[in-house]
Amino acid sequence: MTTLTDPPSESFRLSMLIYDTRYRAITFQIIALICFLLFFGWLISNTAQNLADLGKEPSFGFLMEPAGYDINQRLIDYNNQDSHLRAAFVGLLNTLLVAFLGCVTATVVGVIVGVLRLSNNWLISRLMAVYVEMFRNVPVLMWIVLCMAILIESLPAPRAFRGDDAEASMKLFDTVAITNRGVYIPEPLFSRSLGDIPVGNLFNISIDLIAILIVLAIGFYVSHRIKLKADATQEATGVRPRTWYMRLGVIFVPLAALLVILGFHLGYPELSGFNFSGGTHLRNSLIALWLALSLYTAAFIAENVRAGILAISKGQTEAASALGLRPSITMRLVILPQALRVIIPPLISQYLNLTKNSSLAIAVGYMDITGTLMGITLNQTGRELETVLLGMLIYLAISLAISAVMNFYNSRVKLVER
Amino acid sequence: MKKSVFLGALTVAGLAAGASAAATLDDVKARGKLNCGVSTGLAGFSAPDANGEWGGFDVAVCRAVAAAVLGDPSAVEFVSTTGKTRFTALSSGEIDMLARNTTWTLSRDVDLKFTFTGVNYYDGQGFMVPKELGVSSAKELDGATVCIQTGTTTELNLADYFRKNGMNYEPVPIETNAEAQQQYLAGACDVYTTDASGLAATRATFETPADHVILPEIISKEPLGPLVRHGDDEWGDIVRWTLYALVAAEEMGITSTNVGDLSAAAGDNPEMNRMLGTEGNLGEMLGLEANWAVNAISAGGNYGEIFATNIGEETPIGLSRGLNAQWTEGGLMYAPPFR
Amino acid sequence: MSDTHAETVSYVRETMLPQQEPPASTVGPLGWAKTNLFSGWFNTVLSVLSGLFILWLAYRLLPWIISPTWQATSLNECREIIGALNKPHGGACWGVISERWKQLMFGFYPPEHYWRPVLSLILLLVALGPLLFRHLVPAKVIYFSMLYPFIAAWLLWGGTIWNPIVAILGFVIIGLSLKFLTSVLNPALALIIGVVLAVIWWVALAGTVAGGLSAVLPIGIEAIASRQFGGFMLSITIGVTAILCSLPIGILLALGRQSDLLLVKAMCVGFIEFIRGVPLITLLFVASVLLNIFLPPGTNFDIILRVIIMVTLFASAYMAEVVRGGLAALPKGQYEGADSLGLDYWQSQRLIIMPQALKISIPGIVSTFIGVFKDTTLVSIISMFDPIGLSNAIRADTAWNGVYWELFIFIGLVFFIFCFSMSRYSMYLERRLQTGHR
Repeated sequence: MTTLTDPPSESFRLSMLIYDTRYRAITFQIIALICFLLFFGWLISNTAQNLADLGKEPSFGFLMEPAGYDINQRLIDYNNQDSHLRAAFVGLLNTLLVAFLGCVTATVVGVIVGVLRLSNNWLISRLMAVYVEMFRNVPVLMWIVLCMAILIESLPAPRAFRGDDAEASMKLFDTVAITNRGVYIPEPLFSRSLGDIPVGNLFNISIDLIAILIVLAIGFYVSHRIKLKADATQEATGVRPRTWYMRLGVIFVPLAALLVILGFHLGYPELSGFNFSGGTHLRNSLIALWLALSLYTAAFIAENVRAGILAISKGQTEAASALGLRPSITMRLVILPQALRVIIPPLISQYLNLTKNSSLAIAVGYMDITGTLMGITLNQTGRELETVLLGMLIYLAISLAISAVMNFYNSRVKLVER
Repeated sequence: MKKSVFLGALTVAGLAAGASAAATLDDVKARGKLNCGVSTGLAGFSAPDANGEWGGFDVAVCRAVAAAVLGDPSAVEFVSTTGKTRFTALSSGEIDMLARNTTWTLSRDVDLKFTFTGVNYYDGQGFMVPKELGVSSAKELDGATVCIQTGTTTELNLADYFRKNGMNYEPVPIETNAEAQQQYLAGACDVYTTDASGLAATRATFETPADHVILPEIISKEPLGPLVRHGDDEWGDIVRWTLYALVAAEEMGITSTNVGDLSAAAGDNPEMNRMLGTEGNLGEMLGLEANWAVNAISAGGNYGEIFATNIGEETPIGLSRGLNAQWTEGGLMYAPPFR
Repeated sequence: MSDTHAETVSYVRETMLPQQEPPASTVGPLGWAKTNLFSGWFNTVLSVLSGLFILWLAYRLLPWIISPTWQATSLNECREIIGALNKPHGGACWGVISERWKQLMFGFYPPEHYWRPVLSLILLLVALGPLLFRHLVPAKVIYFSMLYPFIAAWLLWGGTIWNPIVAILGFVIIGLSLKFLTSVLNPALALIIGVVLAVIWWVALAGTVAGGLSAVLPIGIEAIASRQFGGFMLSITIGVTAILCSLPIGILLALGRQSDLLLVKAMCVGFIEFIRGVPLITLLFVASVLLNIFLPPGTNFDIILRVIIMVTLFASAYMAEVVRGGLAALPKGQYEGADSLGLDYWQSQRLIIMPQALKISIPGIVSTFIGVFKDTTLVSIISMFDPIGLSNAIRADTAWNGVYWELFIFIGLVFFIFCFSMSRYSMYLERRLQTGHR
């Protein structure tokens, strides 16, 4: 704590543990450690005692029992005879899905709104200010519930599509059905599918998808090589060869070929029975949660973006206009890249907030990890301790992973100073 | 400062520490209040009014127990619980009894360590659909979208029913009855399923109740009743017999208006005399006053009166007695003898 | 000079041209509109689109909002009134607000005691006076601010007046032991002894003493159980208590995180990252279903206190990060200056570092408070009657079953007013507190 070194003393006395700066730090740390351990020991002994009184034994065996309930929104196969563990996994994937979608949308909306708030158009900047203040100052739970209510009340029910003179009709050449149960969009189908690879017994990965990704990766790599070559030619001769058609070609021609080989076609949704069938069903709960979380977080991101842009000195803008750059290009090439360094650290915490706020999904019945593991599983099995602790650990792992990735990115783009 | 508020609040609010394992009766008497767990709001069963006064069918059970134990039907603290928190609240001793539409199942009784003290409402899970769908049986619901309240046994029943009949469905899980109602009315789900009582209560509040039908299938047994912790049988007995006293009172024709006269002096009916405390010492056996049953009945009337004022046909909920009629009238309400 | 110039060069004007009016297109409302709304085709399109959007919104919403249903006592009555008016888009049912707004504000708090939470709120503003309106209130008010938590707790929960007094005595014990033992012992040791003594006082003696005193001198107001708290009052109580309690914990955590002591640092970082890594709702689950399992058998205190404890822990992790930001913003010279004056660690923190760091952190603290205040709506998920929880309960009343938007609009509006005014105030404060050395 102080930088002074005390003169060395010959013999060790007990009081030196407190008064001698060399030992004091260690003394305090050991005391702190003992207190900490005692506290934890106390908690654990209480827990053990209480559980014994209740006649419960902490065990995770219940995770292997059949869950018994159904989940509508799922990314992997699941039915009510699968285990609680698999139900939790379905929930976890749902959490990750909505968190990912939300983060992407919130960033896009947030950047646009942040830039528009600084627009010299009076009406637009005021409108954006109203949006930002409205969303920032009302609890996110209310926005989630309101988004759900708006979707339910304002969109037509599937039964409105029925009959000859239906009140509602499908959009985009009869390919998309927007209902108050969600949006049905065409799904990609392969008539000569290569099948699936099972990963453990958790989920299957489609070989078709892997093939498409591989072809795309190769295409992008070749395209990048062509660009490098063009750069080299430009360096050497001063003339840049026209390469855009080649670059597009190496990406899209193989892809199109692969799709034809696999027999790619779209499956359209159509009304049958009570619901639309076929197509991909984006459920209302997902859309409402996604919308509310991204709009709410976007309001905060917009403020961060605005602060980031305002932090860039005006000289940069003036220099850019002196070079003859138009305002939109100035923003894109000069201001935003510099502002990014200011924006990224708060952006990380906004992403974390969004992920954590996705736990409010139960308010609209979206079955995320809170809804499955810490919701229905907890209710059906009565295992509060195990489910809540497991759920907290999972959230902790997600949060740490997000901050690790984003901090890595941040250290990459950070301005390297002396 | 940190401790100031915390400890200040602790002292001021009163750290209600106390052993919860046994002797709930003594705790309740010492406290002078019964802590009764109810739902956060379910029309007809428990809901606070504009003055914060709780009312409803489940609430009436709480009041009757409070009246039997403490002699005062208003000596109840109502603790609102959700589907998730109700069992913890009971097992941790935060509440003395739970009266929250809880279905009596083996695992709750045995594995979760609770004692169900009887059934105050025999319910069953049903389906409600709009009339315009033209559905007349639950067997025609293949492929339907079903609104369902999470955290209840209805979820499991629904899954079982559709699996048994080889049908598909799309569940729309919903947190509260109010939201389920909104989604159902807007057509976001074709079917709403919950306890038949809840369906009737919900339908009654629609703008046009006649446009909706409740399907004839009842797919599960839902005996709803109050429950207490395992391990305190004396307290369980008190709750159980208070409930039976209400049922027996209806059978014997004791109402909140005539209970005063009937208990003033011993009459010709020995069982009635024993129950009302004018003969024998049943109250003493339970550890209560001799007039415990009189208090319980005067709190909100006998079982039939409670039913009629809260959920009966005269109320907006409009439920008929059905299974909940006295056994003498073909129902299941049957109180063991008071002897 | 100009004269000679004028004579030699005949074509130069001798007089200035009269100043001309600016072109009509750049002044007045028209000019304003041109520069601010219609500069370039892109801006024009944006302006027109957003103008149309606003008009459309007003067209759809206004007829619904303006609905003479203030007197209705049930949803059916509303439907009758609106049906008689024959409106195309229906109308709002404001009767539910006029009947239940008090409940949404105060929950089940007895109406004859409404003055108590209102008075606590007013006193809160007075107590924050030294910070918020420094130029208006005398400095002595700071003593009142220190007493405020006890006064507020007593006002809200009621009971005998001896409880808060006895609780304050514990702090007096800490103060006295600090004062007298510091001369003999290491200050940290003196503090620890003081705290131990105070804890002994609170745990073992305070209850009996308060009981005895109130038996002798029964002064007090009617006790009100925390279960009767609800609505916005509950949100504010949880929010304010959590923030007040989390401030000292947050400062300690922030200092611990910057400490050289490896173990202390690890514990603080672990705590902060754990709390910040999990959603508040899981902490509330812990409060509602697990806290009783963690505490000694038989301990059982009410859900509001459990929630306040968990929200405090939650807020203190965020507060620690805010304070850490304030500490990081201080120039290093301040630390070195303190060292050069020969101050020890705690002295320099108390006299030099913290006053400045906290001042810088005030906007962060306010925004943490706004966040916590908004997050108190989550307690509705664990069955407490915050405004959203109450709105569910109100809809369970058969008279109002089916009312939806009106309640949410009212609750959202009140939240907006609270949070917006706080954030505006913090921006004002930020500007005022800037001492301009940067």
